[in-house]
Amino acid sequence: MSVSAQAGAAPVRRFAGRSKRVLPGFGLSLGISLFFVSLVLLLPLTGLVVETSGMTWDQFVFTITDPRVIESYKVTLWTALAASLFNGLFGLLLAWVLVRYEFPGKRLIDAVVDLPFALPTAVAGITLATLFAQNGWYGQVLAKAGIEVAFTPLGIVVAMAFTSIPFVVRTVQPVLEELSPADEEAAVSLGASDARVFRKVIFPSLWPALVTGIALSFTRSLGEFGAIIFIAGNTPYVSEVTSLMIFVRLQEYDYAAASAIASMVLLVSLVLLFAINLWQGRYLRRLEGR
Amino acid sequence: MSITIDRIKKSFGKFQALNDVSLDIPEGKLTALLGPSGSGKTTLLRIIAGLESSDSGRVLFGGDDVSNLHVRDRNIGFVFQHYALFKHLTVAQNIAFGLESLPRRSRPSKQEINARVAKLLEMIQLPQLADRYPAQLSGGQKQRVALARALATKPRILLLDEPFGALDAKVRKDLRRWLRALHDEFHFTSIFVTHDQEEALELSDQVVVMSQGKVEQVNSPTGLYARPESRFVFDFLGHVNVLSGVVKGQSLVQGNARVALPGVVNNQEAQLYLRPHEVQLAKAPVAHARLPLRIEAISLIGSEVRIELAPEGWESNEIWEVGMSHGEFARHNPTRGELWYAIPAVGHLFAGDSAQPETVDWHSTAHASAANM
Amino acid sequence: MSTEQHRVGDQPWVRRSLIGLAVSLTVILLVIPVVVIFTEALSAGWSTFSDNILDEYSLHAIGLTLLVALLTVPLNLVFGTALAWAVTRFRFPGRKLLITLIDIPFAVSPVVAGLLYLLLYGRNGWLGGWLSSHDVQLMFAWPGIVMVTVFVTCPFVARELIPLMQQQGSEEEEAGVVLGASGWRIFRKITLPNIKWALIYGVVLTNARAVGEFGAVSVVSGNVRGQTNTLPLHVELLYQDYNVAGAFAAASLLAAIAILTLIAKAIVEWRQSRIEHPAPKTGGA
Repeated sequence: MSVSAQAGAAPVRRFAGRSKRVLPGFGLSLGISLFFVSLVLLLPLTGLVVETSGMTWDQFVFTITDPRVIESYKVTLWTALAASLFNGLFGLLLAWVLVRYEFPGKRLIDAVVDLPFALPTAVAGITLATLFAQNGWYGQVLAKAGIEVAFTPLGIVVAMAFTSIPFVVRTVQPVLEELSPADEEAAVSLGASDARVFRKVIFPSLWPALVTGIALSFTRSLGEFGAIIFIAGNTPYVSEVTSLMIFVRLQEYDYAAASAIASMVLLVSLVLLFAINLWQGRYLRRLEGR
Repeated sequence: MSITIDRIKKSFGKFQALNDVSLDIPEGKLTALLGPSGSGKTTLLRIIAGLESSDSGRVLFGGDDVSNLHVRDRNIGFVFQHYALFKHLTVAQNIAFGLESLPRRSRPSKQEINARVAKLLEMIQLPQLADRYPAQLSGGQKQRVALARALATKPRILLLDEPFGALDAKVRKDLRRWLRALHDEFHFTSIFVTHDQEEALELSDQVVVMSQGKVEQVNSPTGLYARPESRFVFDFLGHVNVLSGVVKGQSLVQGNARVALPGVVNNQEAQLYLRPHEVQLAKAPVAHARLPLRIEAISLIGSEVRIELAPEGWESNEIWEVGMSHGEFARHNPTRGELWYAIPAVGHLFAGDSAQPETVDWHSTAHASAANM
Repeated sequence: MSTEQHRVGDQPWVRRSLIGLAVSLTVILLVIPVVVIFTEALSAGWSTFSDNILDEYSLHAIGLTLLVALLTVPLNLVFGTALAWAVTRFRFPGRKLLITLIDIPFAVSPVVAGLLYLLLYGRNGWLGGWLSSHDVQLMFAWPGIVMVTVFVTCPFVARELIPLMQQQGSEEEEAGVVLGASGWRIFRKITLPNIKWALIYGVVLTNARAVGEFGAVSVVSGNVRGQTNTLPLHVELLYQDYNVAGAFAAASLLAAIAILTLIAKAIVEWRQSRIEHPAPKTGGA
């Protein structure tokens, strides 16, 4: 009895040519994905292109080199950097403690790490602003040491650090979990001190993930808006971030200027995104042995 | 249902997995695809199943070309190396899956399905596990369930991808015996892939040895073991002792080793392949062979004593291995460091570049020498 | 001699100081801010709190926020699942690019995201002009808010599913195909149970982010009280009006959702680890 007869009266599915897929649903799933990505992600990008191409090159440069805007680049960049570096240290500490030690309340701390991810940025913004204001719990303590946080760039750093702490922790945690005890034991048995073992054995495996986490934190902080505007004070030339600049121009109905600045920001974000993906592709995969 | 494989080619990017493979798989027999990793055996199995497509060539089931038929419609049973049991279905639901996936017209009733599942559970001797989940089973149990699941829809062809590879040695042996018994009772056409030559030789009716995308040899297990037809198959089927040298006069010579080869062309490079059981040890050389070797290690475990020796005054790439019965061992008491001589009874000569061996038989002379020991 | 492994940082003093530092920093930087939300919300007493919540504008904001979530989450659920299936079960040119594209909303500032939509669909935008001539207004109205929220939250379901489905591999689904099952049957009976918990968490996270989106929504909303204000925008409005208790009251609702999200994640992780380390096996071959 031939196979096709055995298959019964139901129509036999034939392959179209030689390159067919074993699993079903390729057309449908790819179709939905491409449609969605084009409509939601790619199409809106064209709007920006159209708007900025409507400007002359001079107009474009004039807008993005406005002194107030340039000041906002500087503020945004250094605060994001400071926040990311702080998160690098804090995140590493947290990841280390969560992976390698047991203590009461560990589960709780692990859950709390994701809080900035789940909490709306505006809510983060008002609570940080309240805490660090002159009469807030933290603001009072810091004022005694002469440190002002609210309405200064330092407030921006705090807000950025708060919202992007999960990026570092969640990137470093899996790598720490994968470290084999055997490597450390071998080093210790050869007489190395803890500090040396950390430097020579542990850290080399960690640093790609740490850099990735810091880069993700940096990228996120560059674009942060809601958490910052309440605590920053938004003083022009002092504590204005670039995302706020875009917003300000929009409120002035200066769509062209807003688009120009936004295209700069977008370009930097996309470049960072692709760079991080390439980096992850090279370094993290090498570590995982794939 | 016999299977014919007709000039199948398959490459993955630059890697040529299968290079013009043609095979006949007889109906109702258990065939092993044997080879090291990278030989293409799993790729071939998956192409037969329809889980991969070939670049060119055809696959025929009982004379019908199924090359363009989707795997779903080929009515085969496939057992995966890591079982691929559905984690969220019970054992009974796993086994029933194929039957429940049939189109309404051909689907049996619920009672019939349950009855068939119960029978299959009996057959794999696990009726008490019907409501367990795969995570609660041992490796051997999982594999039996995978087999029952594959057989539920009564396929005419059963394909198994390294079915026992992930199991412990003892479990493997038990399951091997059990699979063979099952096959003898039901006579499906089965093909299984393995890299374990012991498994292939023990289980199958026909062995297909593959290497680097090509078929090296097809034979029954005894035929394969008795008459390997290439260097690769020799090497693959267990240890082989090699004398590499040049033919001078009527002998193969290297260093101070010499073996007589009646009727061979002069001045060629040649290799003589000798299996451990084709060689005996003696305290002195004989007329047709002078192969001095020094004993390096003696292994007493097993049904035979295994003696490892290193060439003395000549060279070989690998150590030589010769077997000796426990009785002989007790009589002659060879010890480490002693010099002995190997006496070949049967050998396989690869002359020059030829890929086919010539069998050389010194039996008459060997018997005479043995009388000297 | 001790048979325990010695690992770097095991000494009691190192351990205690690191744990102490980590926990105190976490409490200071992460926990107290959340506590403050609730203390400030209740600072003027329960009745003021409930007045604030049940205020007409507040109720409208809550309603609008729920509408946005109700529309956004199913869309992104379908998209995320389709993308994860396409990208983890098949090989095709551009696959890696597609995976990278899905990260765009992460890298882009929410204000920029809002601006992109405004430029396209606003009255002066190139699609917007055509829309307004047909009397359709998307920007500065609730549809615009939904669209922008969809943009910002689209990666979450996919990012939960993709690593999991890649790690699980497609062998079970292949087995299903060999046994003759149709596409939907395979998805329903084999794939879905395997990704159930990751899917649930993806939905919960998408919901939390949809509800809390601020920057992008600020740009396209128009901020009209009682019409186009979502709850986060309402929070801002109240705060700018120096109605601190009111602002925190609204914020506390959002914070409660965030906390529920974290609880959901903990449950999901607990269930996942139960699947990976199940009850002891029965013996025998």
